[in-house]
Amino acid sequence: MAAPPAQNKIVRWIDHRLPIFAFMQHELNEYPTPKNLSYWWNFGSLAGIMLVIMIVTGVFLAMHYTPHVDYAFDSVERIMRDVNYGWLMRYVHMNGASFFFIVTYIHIFRGLYYGSYKEPRELLWMLGVVILLLMMATAFMGYVLPWGQMSFWGATVITNLFSAIPVVGQSIVTWLWGGFAIDNPTLNRFYSLHYLLPFVIVAVVGLHLVALHQHGSNNPLGIDRKGPQDSIPFHPYYTVKDMFGLGVFLIVFSVFVFYVPNLIGTDPQNYVRANPLQTPPEIVPEWYYLPFYAMLRSVPDILFIPAKLAGVIALFASIFILFFLPWIDSSKVRSARFRPIYKWVFWLLVIDCFVLGYIGAHRPEGWYVIVGRVATLYYFLHFFLMWLIGKIERPLPLPTSISAAVTAKGGGRMAPAGSRPMEKP
Amino acid sequence: MMRKLAFVAAGIAGLLLGGAVASAADEAEPPLPKVKWSFDGPFGTFDRGSAQRGFQIYEEVCSRCHSLGLLHYGDLTGIGYSADEVKAIASTKQVTDGPNDQGEMFQRPGRASDKFVAPFANEQAARAALNGALPPDLSLIVKALEGGPSQVFGVLTGYRDPPPPGFKLGDGMYYDLYFPGHQIAMPQPLAGSDVTYADGAKPTLEQEAQDVVTFLAWAAEPTMEERKYTGTKVLIFLVFMTGLLFGAKRKIWADVH
Repeated sequence: MAAPPAQNKIVRWIDHRLPIFAFMQHELNEYPTPKNLSYWWNFGSLAGIMLVIMIVTGVFLAMHYTPHVDYAFDSVERIMRDVNYGWLMRYVHMNGASFFFIVTYIHIFRGLYYGSYKEPRELLWMLGVVILLLMMATAFMGYVLPWGQMSFWGATVITNLFSAIPVVGQSIVTWLWGGFAIDNPTLNRFYSLHYLLPFVIVAVVGLHLVALHQHGSNNPLGIDRKGPQDSIPFHPYYTVKDMFGLGVFLIVFSVFVFYVPNLIGTDPQNYVRANPLQTPPEIVPEWYYLPFYAMLRSVPDILFIPAKLAGVIALFASIFILFFLPWIDSSKVRSARFRPIYKWVFWLLVIDCFVLGYIGAHRPEGWYVIVGRVATLYYFLHFFLMWLIGKIERPLPLPTSISAAVTAKGGGRMAPAGSRPMEKP
Repeated sequence: MMRKLAFVAAGIAGLLLGGAVASAADEAEPPLPKVKWSFDGPFGTFDRGSAQRGFQIYEEVCSRCHSLGLLHYGDLTGIGYSADEVKAIASTKQVTDGPNDQGEMFQRPGRASDKFVAPFANEQAARAALNGALPPDLSLIVKALEGGPSQVFGVLTGYRDPPPPGFKLGDGMYYDLYFPGHQIAMPQPLAGSDVTYADGAKPTLEQEAQDVVTFLAWAAEPTMEERKYTGTKVLIFLVFMTGLLFGAKRKIWADVH
């Protein structure tokens, strides 16, 4: 599908010096994409679009926001009341954080189900984990900026996690706060970093895309493209499919923004001005942190490690373990569609994450503690199971090629049993 | 696929069941009163008459102790007052302004651009006058309570005297069915017939509570009507555009497979 040289003289002139048109031609028009991608593959581009929406609304909010403990709360309300379409910018930004996490989590679980992290996409996956970490840090600092009760006390709980580090913990906390309590310096630095980190995310997303385009998208079958009959160019096929998916997504998003903007976007307590002298009845993080919060609070004392430190270790380990996933998973077959045991274990992990999220929203009392501990343990056990199952599982026969599988839907034949993606046909 | 779905459904059912058990284990909180609000639903707007009556109650009752610091008098055009009426309302207030050329603060009649005048100069003055209690600013009270407008309505109508047997009430506290923890420092603010409505509405306790909550719901989010109205337009556009894109996707993909 070699493109004809550009007709326009100006385009040719520019391209000769700065090949941006050739680049777009190569990465959009020629970029070969598996023809069998399902709608689960829409969530990557949705996450990218959410990032842009967050940056655009955020830039406008920053024009009216005042990062000072005495004025932050009022400046946010001023945006809501007096700035033209300020309420829209704020509600899109506030709900956008939740929806950014929704699409990102779906994107991650899609990768888990179809084995998108496996050879040769290990770095692609690891860059994704970096993006997740950056997102979590950015969202946390953003939630502090309105300086409501949950902003203040959420920041107190999370920054205090670092005090669990032996010896230097308390010094690190003081250093993070810029003082001996959460105060104006804390708010100022969080604002500065909240503005900076999204652009770091943009950079890592750029690397994520470079890594993606090196080998192209994985696909629901998890087998490599064997030739042109398996591929279609990204544009117009996936541009239009992504646009349609975006339309559906925006409808759902708009229902939340315009009709129930405070349902998942914030806690009612955050409409109360921050008050360092009054602890709210319950300090609950945003829903997208709840599974991690549950792990943090579930872990008991382990030998000589106090519960707080053990909880912090579990919290960070739960994410950092994802970096090693490509080497933990011992199966060569990518797609869970052909992995009869792993398929079930995958759904157990999904349920486990929901259980953890539910536990994270409740005080660690009574049976919540037990369930929380079991669910935390299972989360880490899952990665052991991934290694184990790859060793003992007998995968289903893989189709010989993507196009063969697509046409086989009409009654064609699958590849003989025992064939593996690594084998030459 | 069906088995997969059944599996997920079982998980969700388990979660719901857990939730039911958990809420039963919590202290039995009475369900909030069910009130039909004019501003409910995707097309709901603030009932102007009710909001104006609510403003009257705020003026004559609540504002003795509670500030409404995020509002300006000019905002009142949002609940149907004309610019002249707003000027008249504002001019009845005394606002501290200054310093003047002599370097002194002075009092002058309020203007539409002034913020609502607070009943107390500062927190200490409020606590000194009110037995140590601090009445919260009401600008966002409807959004700050878990139960929203229905909880504010519940608190206003939920005073019970005497408290249920066995409930230990603190000194100078009152029992309220819907206030978190059931102990509230505010004496019952509304009892019915606290105001005389100009439009002839009967000032029962429920009517007064409904009116003032409608006013406070507006005060908490004066841009709500614009938001819902914009939402309708945006959704109509998005549904139309998504339909077109679906058609385009079908057409472009017709030759694949």
